[in-house]
Amino acid sequence: MALFRWRGPFYENLRGFRELDRLQEEVNRLYENFYGRRPFSDSADVFPAVNVSEDRDNLYVNAELPGVGAKEVDITVEEDSLTIRGIRKVEPGFEGVSYHRREREGGSFNRKLTLPTRIVTEKVEAETKDGILTVTMPKAEEVKPKTIEIKVQ
Amino acid sequence: MINKKELQVAGKKEAKATGELTQAGPVFIPAVDIFENQNALILIADMPGVNSEGVDIHLKDNEFTISGRPKKEEKDGPALIYTEYESGGFLRSFTLSNVIDQAKIEASMKDGVLKVTLPKAESAKPRQIIVQAG
Repeated sequence: MALFRWRGPFYENLRGFRELDRLQEEVNRLYENFYGRRPFSDSADVFPAVNVSEDRDNLYVNAELPGVGAKEVDITVEEDSLTIRGIRKVEPGFEGVSYHRREREGGSFNRKLTLPTRIVTEKVEAETKDGILTVTMPKAEEVKPKTIEIKVQ
Repeated sequence: MINKKELQVAGKKEAKATGELTQAGPVFIPAVDIFENQNALILIADMPGVNSEGVDIHLKDNEFTISGRPKKEEKDGPALIYTEYESGGFLRSFTLSNVIDQAKIEASMKDGVLKVTLPKAESAKPRQIIVQAG
């Protein structure tokens, strides 16, 4: 299940772009068959970059947020989407400094993800560890895979 | 409409391997801020996923190297369905121009951000030289 980027009303209405998405997905699948993993070319337009994974019972969203502690990020869930919002501070809090290099950026971030399956909002948990935020969302009962027994006649 | 003050994603740059790595996996160049005040040089590096045990700092002949390794992921963990970033190690080297008091280097790690304070040796601190008239 892929999460497609919303490119705006202009692009999404042109049929040509939907064909391109389908082609991209096929190429991704070919790559996956060969290398055993998805290509990491899905690049994010919005901060933070996320990885979405799942197992039988839960959906997991991991986001790279170095320097952002548990108190600086806000997470809201609805049945089909997850919003990650917050501020990343990079000021050193020193006086009288002169910079040699400044590569880290600070600022606000706000990202809303549409989830591929329905989840139980009351049981969602989130934790930050070493700058990586992990949100664990239990899947709704009706979307969990059920084994069907085959009766032998 | 993109709010100009909102952060943009900076793609991770992969580091060129200098020699064989003992652990398989990609190695990235961490973003750093380096600044200096009168007493010390301070370096801050973004290394998400790395804790204080996975960080390594070397200083030899004015070549300063920081490296970080995240915890190994379990093989049977959840299946990835959408990825925007890769997990991997970090490596970056710098050449320091100031003379650093190596015994007093301090480092701390919090929320995936490494902060290293390199105090300047007494001889490197700026001294005012009084010009004699005559």
